[in-house]
Amino acid sequence: MSYVAIADRDHEQEHHDPQTFITKYIWSQDHKVIAIQYGITAVFVGLIALGLSAMMRLQLGFPDQFSFINPENYYQFVTMHGMIMVIYLLTALFLGGFGNYLIPLMCGSRDMVFPFLNMLSYWVYLLSVIILLISFFVPGGSTGAGWTLYPPQAIMQGTPGIEWGILLMLASLGVFIVAFTMGGLNYVTTVLQARCKGMTLMRMPLSVWGIFIATILGLLAFPALLVSAIMMIFDKTLMTSFFMPAISSMGTDPGYTGGSPILFQHLFWFFGHPEVYIVALPAFGIVSDLLSTHARKNIFGYRMMVWAIIAIGGLSFIVWAHHMYVSGMNPYFGFFFATTTLIIAVPTALKVYNWVLTLWEGNIHLRVPMLFSIGFVFTFIHGGLTGLFLGNVTIDLPLSDTYFVVAHFHMVMGVSPVLVVFGAIYHWWPKISGRMYNETLGKWHFWMTFLGTYSIYLPMHYLGFQGVPRRYFSMGNTEFMPASAQDLNAWITMSALFVAATQLLFFANIIWSLTRGPKSDPNPWDATTLEWQTPDHPPKHGNWGHELPECHRWAYDYSVPGYEDDFIPQNVPADKAPAGRDHGGEH
Amino acid sequence: MEIGLITLAIILATLLGWLLKQSFNTQPWIADEVSATAHHGPLGDESNTRLIALMTLLAVVTSFFALILSAYALRMELGDWVPMTEPQMLWTNTAMLILASVAFQWTRNAAVKGQASRLKPGLIATGLLTTAFVVGQFVAWQELRANGEFMTVNPSNAFFFFLTGAHAVHILGGMYVWARATTSVLLGKAEGSAIRRSIELCTIYWHFLLVVWLILFGLLLST
Amino acid sequence: MPLAVVLILLVVGSLLFHVLSPWTFTELASNWGMVDVTIDITLVVTGIVFVAVNLFMAFCVIKFRHKKGARANYEPENKKLETWLTVLTAIGVAAMLTPGLFVWAKFVDVPEEAHVVEAVGQQWHWTYRMPGEDGKLGEVDAERISNENPFGMDPDDPNGQDDVLVYNAEIHIPVDRPVKFLLRSKDVLHDFAVAQFRVKMDLVPGMNTFLWLTPTREGRFEILCEELCGVGHHTMRGAVIVDSQEDYDAWLASQSTYSALNSRPPGNAAIGAGQYGVCAACHGQQGEGNVAMNAPKLAGQSAWYLKRQIMNYKNGLRGTHQGDTFGQQMIGMVAALSDEQSVDNVVAHIRTFPDNPPATSIEGDVGAGADEYRVCAYCHGKDGMGVQALNAPRLAGMSDWYLERQLANFRDDVRGSHPQDFYGFQMGLMGQSLFDEQVMKDLVAYINTL
Repeated sequence: MSYVAIADRDHEQEHHDPQTFITKYIWSQDHKVIAIQYGITAVFVGLIALGLSAMMRLQLGFPDQFSFINPENYYQFVTMHGMIMVIYLLTALFLGGFGNYLIPLMCGSRDMVFPFLNMLSYWVYLLSVIILLISFFVPGGSTGAGWTLYPPQAIMQGTPGIEWGILLMLASLGVFIVAFTMGGLNYVTTVLQARCKGMTLMRMPLSVWGIFIATILGLLAFPALLVSAIMMIFDKTLMTSFFMPAISSMGTDPGYTGGSPILFQHLFWFFGHPEVYIVALPAFGIVSDLLSTHARKNIFGYRMMVWAIIAIGGLSFIVWAHHMYVSGMNPYFGFFFATTTLIIAVPTALKVYNWVLTLWEGNIHLRVPMLFSIGFVFTFIHGGLTGLFLGNVTIDLPLSDTYFVVAHFHMVMGVSPVLVVFGAIYHWWPKISGRMYNETLGKWHFWMTFLGTYSIYLPMHYLGFQGVPRRYFSMGNTEFMPASAQDLNAWITMSALFVAATQLLFFANIIWSLTRGPKSDPNPWDATTLEWQTPDHPPKHGNWGHELPECHRWAYDYSVPGYEDDFIPQNVPADKAPAGRDHGGEH
Repeated sequence: MEIGLITLAIILATLLGWLLKQSFNTQPWIADEVSATAHHGPLGDESNTRLIALMTLLAVVTSFFALILSAYALRMELGDWVPMTEPQMLWTNTAMLILASVAFQWTRNAAVKGQASRLKPGLIATGLLTTAFVVGQFVAWQELRANGEFMTVNPSNAFFFFLTGAHAVHILGGMYVWARATTSVLLGKAEGSAIRRSIELCTIYWHFLLVVWLILFGLLLST
Repeated sequence: MPLAVVLILLVVGSLLFHVLSPWTFTELASNWGMVDVTIDITLVVTGIVFVAVNLFMAFCVIKFRHKKGARANYEPENKKLETWLTVLTAIGVAAMLTPGLFVWAKFVDVPEEAHVVEAVGQQWHWTYRMPGEDGKLGEVDAERISNENPFGMDPDDPNGQDDVLVYNAEIHIPVDRPVKFLLRSKDVLHDFAVAQFRVKMDLVPGMNTFLWLTPTREGRFEILCEELCGVGHHTMRGAVIVDSQEDYDAWLASQSTYSALNSRPPGNAAIGAGQYGVCAACHGQQGEGNVAMNAPKLAGQSAWYLKRQIMNYKNGLRGTHQGDTFGQQMIGMVAALSDEQSVDNVVAHIRTFPDNPPATSIEGDVGAGADEYRVCAYCHGKDGMGVQALNAPRLAGMSDWYLERQLANFRDDVRGSHPQDFYGFQMGLMGQSLFDEQVMKDLVAYINTL
């Protein structure tokens, strides 16, 4: 039975059979419900990770003040914060959440092509989260090896959580990868196979492009993490020596011989670098659509944007060792990887130019999603530029493993994607819930988050210049650090706690909207993309009623000359509205 | 990491070539009439969907094995590598797996030609041969363990168990799909076209795992 | 409108912060000034882009924000502009990359005349080894590492006999001479980083890594481990002391070679018995300790630890703090031990005492103490018997009042604040979360149960 038929049948059922709460919201095969499940779970673990970061910041800002934070749990907080944020929040939210919600709606399909597999993907993801959370409560606690889990230290004495924590961490990652693969097969196949009539690849909104390429990266890169996780489990439990050399640990010989810790690092970063783009590319895509919609202007240089996404995706596989300049690998690799890394800056910079050029001669509505998008462009420029420091092998010598690195990747992979997440949630919230959010609360949320995070991370770069190493529980008396560095740390902590607290505004807004929010217009932003053209608002299971939409134009027909409205939805045929032919040509 | 890189490069190049075909010389901002967009998806009708999903899965599995082999190549260069002697049993197992692939191909051809009576023996033969392969692998493991040649002895042993184990797990995953197809054939419940498609996809998967095995086996023998 | 203003303010503010920030690179102390130049080039290029793009964006927000009746322009793409931007970006990238690659080429190419110092990392301290007259380092092997042979030296390798072994977190190097640091780890990954030298490199167990530099000014520069290596990572410190050639030669002459260390006679308990008389007055005839005299139990404590503490008193690393009244007494007492050999003798005598459990005097919540002890156990062992490889002394079965007092001393920087007392410094940092009267009592009460 084909997926269209399945969706049709489900759609019929929705009209005729009353569905129970459980089949509608829990064991649901509807991509929109699964997206929300993914989203809620990811945000929930994200909040845990946010709490962990608050604990870390308390220690760093005010050492000696909090007796409940000791070196052991500090390193556990560091590890779990990083892992949760990168994998279980951002990856899951962008692909499992936004990918699930947007791909079928934007491509004009009824659902993912394999709805059951899609549902399974969520439940397996939830299982991985549960395994992860269990690791907090086992003897020895969760692992404190840092999110990179470098051996030998990840499985040797001296590190927290070597009893069970590390095994549960690796197991949880394995389960997550299975979940991701199930979801990823769906996203790729849906994009390739289930687009509606007329939705050629080059008419897809950039959100779909970003998610599509990110999914391909994930599918090809996650196996590297799986391979290294399995091999590390063998090293830990069966005493093989894949990664473990002969060592003398605390005066005893654990019995390993000949392995290579560098091998692990290669495998880990072979996954780890594309992972950065697994998070970034969906953010790039989504922010392109947000900017275009709220500036009432087509995205500038659409084809360039698509090719930049593809180029970045491809290049992301040959830059991994820039995380390893000072790892002790063959130093001659440094020439190659510095070059490839700086080359990747070119397509990335072009994306930034095109975002900004989209604003040029636009008609900019500074609504909440737009504020977040412009905030993203600002923080991403900052984070991207500092990447040019670290990608350059020479500059990495003094700066690697310092707070400069921490500031850089939080700016580019923390703050920037999270601003997009918020922008995207505000943007699509009317479609998801059928209600409007509170504009004032939303603006306050933006300002506090945007200014607060900049106040955290701009100064943090300078701690890195100073030479303050990352992953230090406490600096103690260090001669080369001026005492004022501690004041700066205290300031950063206060900013961080402030930002964390202001996220309550977001949840308050959601609650306000769900209880008192006015019903929204089906297309409140006058957007062109298909998800705003659904017959029902919010869309029901099956999305399109009885007739699938047809796509006649790209997603960016804003302010087309000669047409009264300043937008033409993608499903409006050329004979009903200008075709754009006379205006688009070569300049 | 060269092996992983080359494999990925091939996968990505395939994708890229196909994308280029889609996007060259299009001017996406040009809208069109209803009639001009009569095609449904660029890769033909939706019966291809499962094939595309399978191909994507195979790309993932390829990446997985290529990365293990990359690790293998890197680890091999470190000083303590001692080549291991593969159990003779593997030759028999390889023969079983080749025969299983042949049997599946035969079944597939029968399915395509609509010779329903051949499906049962074909599927059962495939199942038996594949089971023989998996059991044979397990026996080879036991043999090695009995000789004290377990994973800790040398990294070459560790990789042997890891590679063969990972391959066997993929075979078992295929067996699950095979079992579903076979059950519906045995119970006579299936529609002809659904079964045919299922068998076609399984055949591709079997051939793929055979190729993976031949590469692994060749590598294990030669190092 | 506020958005545009804020964007402009952020750009201006970031520039001001950069100019006015007191937090910047430490004063350079090596030949790697070229690293700083590369950073400056990158700062200029990226700074221009940062300012230009953000101000352009702010301008767009001001000029093209929604007004009634306004309409956006329609322009799908502009090939010429995109090409220009690509070319300009590529030029900027090349301007940053090229000097970087040149400097890196220098970094990977160690000058022939560089002299070699091997820095050995382990959880959580540094030691060093230098080749002797023959200019060659002896063979080492992780499997030979033991408390008696912490460097894992091969006793039969002739090249290793004259190797200078520095079992101390401080290393001296001469100024203006290129030095190649060979990096070796005994256990996990570490990283050898000195902020003022600008270069760093990981230590990877199972292989040797290196970095090189020429120190350009004299001084004491802290080594920080910058690769996470376990719970004590932040306490893994050392120091490079850049000396004038004369000072360096004097220091080098005071160091021992492998063969010299091997040929040292062990402590003689019989001789030590005579010297112990002065100690017995306070610590008791059998080293059982005497709380009234503020003298802790010595019997049963590890020899290496007793020796190190006596040497610390002798060398002014301990007991020199004004607040350390009892430590100051010790300084006078250990003066009677004229040299290292007599210290060995006394320690050997102390090791002959019977190890009887002392009376306990501290009460506390043992359960809470057990939770706190989890962190202590990383170094001192689950049984509290101490681990020599980690420089962690025995705690269990020793004077509990003394443990409590020392914890307080570490808290108040009375102990461990001497810059050369690396192990005391570690204790101070590790114990940061324990320094609450009740927590200390709980902890010591738990140690009493071990």
